[in-house]
Amino acid sequence: MRPILMKGHERPLTFLKYNREGDLLFSCAKDHNPTVWFADNGERLGTFRGHNGAVWSCDVSRDSLQLITGSADQTAKLWNVKSGNQLYTFNFDSPARSVDFSVGDKLALITTDPFMELSSAIHVKRIARDPADQSGKSVLVLKGPQGRINRAVWGPLNKTIISAGEDAVVRIWDTETGTLLKESDREIGHKRPITSLTKSTDGSHFITGSVDKSAKLWDTRSLTLIKTYVTERPVNAVAMSPLLDHVVLGGGQDASAVTTTDHRAGKFEAKFYDKILQEEIGGVKGHFGPINALAFNPDGKSFSSGGEDGYVRLHHFDPDYFNIKI
Amino acid sequence: MVVTAQPPAKLRWGELEEDDGEDLDFLLPPRQVIGPDENGIKKVIEYKFNEEGSKVKITTTIRIRKLANARLSKRAVERRSWAKFGDAVHEDVGSRLTMVSTEEILIERPRAPGSKPEEAKVGGDSLAQLGKGGAVLMLCRTCGKKGDHWTSRCPYKDLAPPSESFVDKPPAAETSAAASLTGKTAYVPPGMRAGAERGAGADMRRRNDENSVRVTNLSEDTREPDLHELFRPFGPVSRVYVAMDQKTGMSRGFGFVNFMNKEDAQKAINKLNGYGYDNLILKVEWATPRSN
Repeated sequence: MRPILMKGHERPLTFLKYNREGDLLFSCAKDHNPTVWFADNGERLGTFRGHNGAVWSCDVSRDSLQLITGSADQTAKLWNVKSGNQLYTFNFDSPARSVDFSVGDKLALITTDPFMELSSAIHVKRIARDPADQSGKSVLVLKGPQGRINRAVWGPLNKTIISAGEDAVVRIWDTETGTLLKESDREIGHKRPITSLTKSTDGSHFITGSVDKSAKLWDTRSLTLIKTYVTERPVNAVAMSPLLDHVVLGGGQDASAVTTTDHRAGKFEAKFYDKILQEEIGGVKGHFGPINALAFNPDGKSFSSGGEDGYVRLHHFDPDYFNIKI
Repeated sequence: MVVTAQPPAKLRWGELEEDDGEDLDFLLPPRQVIGPDENGIKKVIEYKFNEEGSKVKITTTIRIRKLANARLSKRAVERRSWAKFGDAVHEDVGSRLTMVSTEEILIERPRAPGSKPEEAKVGGDSLAQLGKGGAVLMLCRTCGKKGDHWTSRCPYKDLAPPSESFVDKPPAAETSAAASLTGKTAYVPPGMRAGAERGAGADMRRRNDENSVRVTNLSEDTREPDLHELFRPFGPVSRVYVAMDQKTGMSRGFGFVNFMNKEDAQKAINKLNGYGYDNLILKVEWATPRSN
């Protein structure tokens, strides 16, 4: 396959997200402008200007009309996807990191980093149907544990929130009461900070990637460990194919170590694993730095990766990918 | 595509010389399009002059297929026509933000597809051969048990040293081969002399470089299963090794293959030296330089 290279960002990529139909791709980077692209040919549709810091993550509503972004400038912003206009700004006292719309797009969760004396927190905001009625009040605030929360997502039926972060523990919170329901077992869980978390299409399970050079597949309801995928470099990004039983891990050595080691040793490929057999299927090369973000098109026929090198690479699979056998 | 040449009709050569063929197009019958029929087959019939000035009928048959996956939701189609915003509004034509990679990227398999089951089959082969009394891959030289464990893993290692009668045929054949190779005048260490009782350890070390074939100029993608597959047709292979760069985990482009039988190794060298493999020409030779 010949990937499409999108060089819209001037700084490392942080997050990638497809909309529900898979025709738009949203990219966030450490430069201040989240960007939306057409996912078929990689043409840039627009940039969302207004943030004043690195943008860590984004989420798009089911109708692809609203975008929410979380940024290091201590705000999270709501955007009109069509026009690129800001609809609302949520202000915080510390950098916002992970954002996620709930099922139905009536709520959104925003995580904030530990900063000064503040600990990390998960804020749940109500998203008004009309942006004019939008308020910044939190419906619920979950005071986080030690360390940064790198990713938080809604559980099934918005009854739970799943969070994972620097303390290497996956937590499930109750959204009604705000109590902690489950914690992953420290023995079988990750040993180093968790960098990424992605739900399956049906939400029944999710995968976490960690600096401990592994990715783990968990059951959403019981938080039992289902599978572990071991690789040879830190995992920065994970994605699951909605079509085949494939898992993609992206990563590479620390950006700070890139210049000091052999360029061939970087292992900046996106690695495909068989979800069930936990065996490596293959690797897709191309980035000049670690992969920070991965996303699968909802149709499962293409995927994109964003790297420390500032490129988004959009891969449309060759027909032979769909009958790869181990 | 079917091309049928027809002799120039009603056209004198003198006229052809004058106007360079270009203005003669009006002389040609019009373009015909037939179909597409229910099978999606469309025929286009065109006439033109070729370089020699003869009239040529070109029939192009095209099959038109509708792509099943070219389905887009109504909203997605609508989004296609959205106006650009932000920095994308005044995008320079020369900015070239989106490019198609000039490099063809393939999903690189960690090992050759299907190599694992193949290896299992090899094991099965050798076990099948065991019944026929042929060569066996796994052969313990301590206790002589075939297909059960390797010499170094022998559970009976601590038991009494094996008597000569215990030693199986292949090692014996090797001993004589080694003896004949060293020649009459060369010094033969006592341990190597025919009939000498050899310890398992010495035998193993010898075994490692005996019948060992060095393969150089391998491509980076070549893995041990590939080499095994390449050399297996020549005879039973006891070891395949591809040198890897410890830092990068990439192949360093050379490897070793050990054969159970020297003749097979020689056959492999004769056949594969200079063989084109993965765009490179293999160099296959004895691993230990022979004195004569």
